[in-house]
Amino acid sequence: MTARAAMGVLLASLAGGAGYADELLPYRIEGNAVPVSLTGKPGDAARGRTIVTNRTLGLCLLCHSGPFPEERFQGNLAPDMRGAGTRWSTGELRLRMVDSHRLNPDTIMPAYYMIDGLNLVAPAFRGKPLLTAEQIEDVVAFLATLRD
Amino acid sequence: MKRFHALMCAVVLAAVAGPAGSADIPLDQRRSGYADLGRDTKAMQDDDTSNPASLGVQDGEALWSQKAGTAGKACAECHGDAAASMKGVAARYPAFSPARKGPIDLEQRINLCRTENQKAEPLAFESRELLALTAYIGRQSRGMPIVQSDARLTSAIDAGRKLFTQRIGQISLSCAQCHDDNWGKQLASSLVPQGHPTGYPIYRLEWQSLGSLQRRLRNCMIGMRAEPYAYGAPESVELELYLMWRARGLTVETPGVRP
Ligand code: HEC
Ligand code: HEC
Repeated sequence: MTARAAMGVLLASLAGGAGYADELLPYRIEGNAVPVSLTGKPGDAARGRTIVTNRTLGLCLLCHSGPFPEERFQGNLAPDMRGAGTRWSTGELRLRMVDSHRLNPDTIMPAYYMIDGLNLVAPAFRGKPLLTAEQIEDVVAFLATLRD
Repeated sequence: MKRFHALMCAVVLAAVAGPAGSADIPLDQRRSGYADLGRDTKAMQDDDTSNPASLGVQDGEALWSQKAGTAGKACAECHGDAAASMKGVAARYPAFSPARKGPIDLEQRINLCRTENQKAEPLAFESRELLALTAYIGRQSRGMPIVQSDARLTSAIDAGRKLFTQRIGQISLSCAQCHDDNWGKQLASSLVPQGHPTGYPIYRLEWQSLGSLQRRLRNCMIGMRAEPYAYGAPESVELELYLMWRARGLTVETPGVRP
């Protein structure tokens, strides 16, 4: 067995058995930021917007509101997203998306790129992050455009 | 003596209070989900003739005096008039079962009577019959305060609190993060209630049917992308018990109506 395959098996068993665990891409944290794109490429802001407004994919509008006049029933458990791109650098937005728990251990903001240490995950979602690396980059690119 | 009692209560409460993070809702700020219903839904719950759960209650009343099992006995033959014998029962369930050495919920109590006393098959969770009997028995406690004061259940309440405050599911939230910390806010179109089990079984408009407390909990767990506890599993009953303890003093509304 190659080292890489062995790692895959290990991840699968850590993830609780059923299903194959996707491997997460490694990333580096610097201060309060993940400065480099997870995929090595910039995301697509237009695709990011559709992820953010999709209530079964991004889930963002369950808790947040933002500049989405066409979307009814936006949540108010979290700050409005307007101006997020002014308040935070791209790298800071990326860390918030990837692992918000690292910034605030008690936060309700989900860690979108984390599979470790989760408890009682439904079988269909085991070993999978909430969003893929590519989707995270799209969302980060979109958030960076929210500048007022 | 009175002061000592108050002190002991404080100690017991402190012992039950779990890990930091979420704080309990102060007793005088607790409110049933009923308080936030729209006027029409409130009226629907309040008036037996328009409450869609009344059908289940009537169904349960009929089952109450129907013979079942090889013992050929009806509930009524042992318990008589439910209006007298079942008054206050649902207000104190889940209750301690000496046989199980732990809490059982009302559905499990009904099924114990079926298997032990009626010599009948247990009824399936969420079956029409079990919901009907639970609703009929629950209806006899309408207006009474919820009571959870059996010292034998302290460790089970504590276990329920751990389940309530632990993060679960792919979204990794705890029940407490919504129901203790964020009640009253809007989760998209839904108002986050405090999550008190005051009206169960309820008629839920979204289900278009009667459903149990455990079915409601499954809905929240599926939303958290967690694997729901099985019907009747110890975890399910401990959560129900903790919720009832948390709602102690609030009024039983069974059968409730919710969006
Ligand atoms: C279950 C609730 C919840 C969901 C779902 C959620 N968030 Fe958040 N988010 C929060 C909360 C609460 C905060 C406030 C800071 C904290 O607690 O960490 C926050 C903070 C943020 C911030 C920083 C806000 C600021 O400017 O200070 C951004 C940006 C953000 N979230 C983006 C998103 C995006 C994009 C999604 C979806 C892909 C999302 N959130 C989903 C609850 C949520
Ligand atoms: C992300 C937020 C969230 C989480 C986490 C959550 N719930 Fe809920 N819960 C809700 C909302 C919103 C409703 C009301 C749904 C509606 O009206 O459509 C609700 C309803 C309830 C009710 C019904 C209250 C009534 O008035 O009948 C109970 C009980 C409950 N939840 C318990 C729990 C338990 C136990 C857990 C954890 C296993 C949990 N919830 C996790 C948001 C949540």
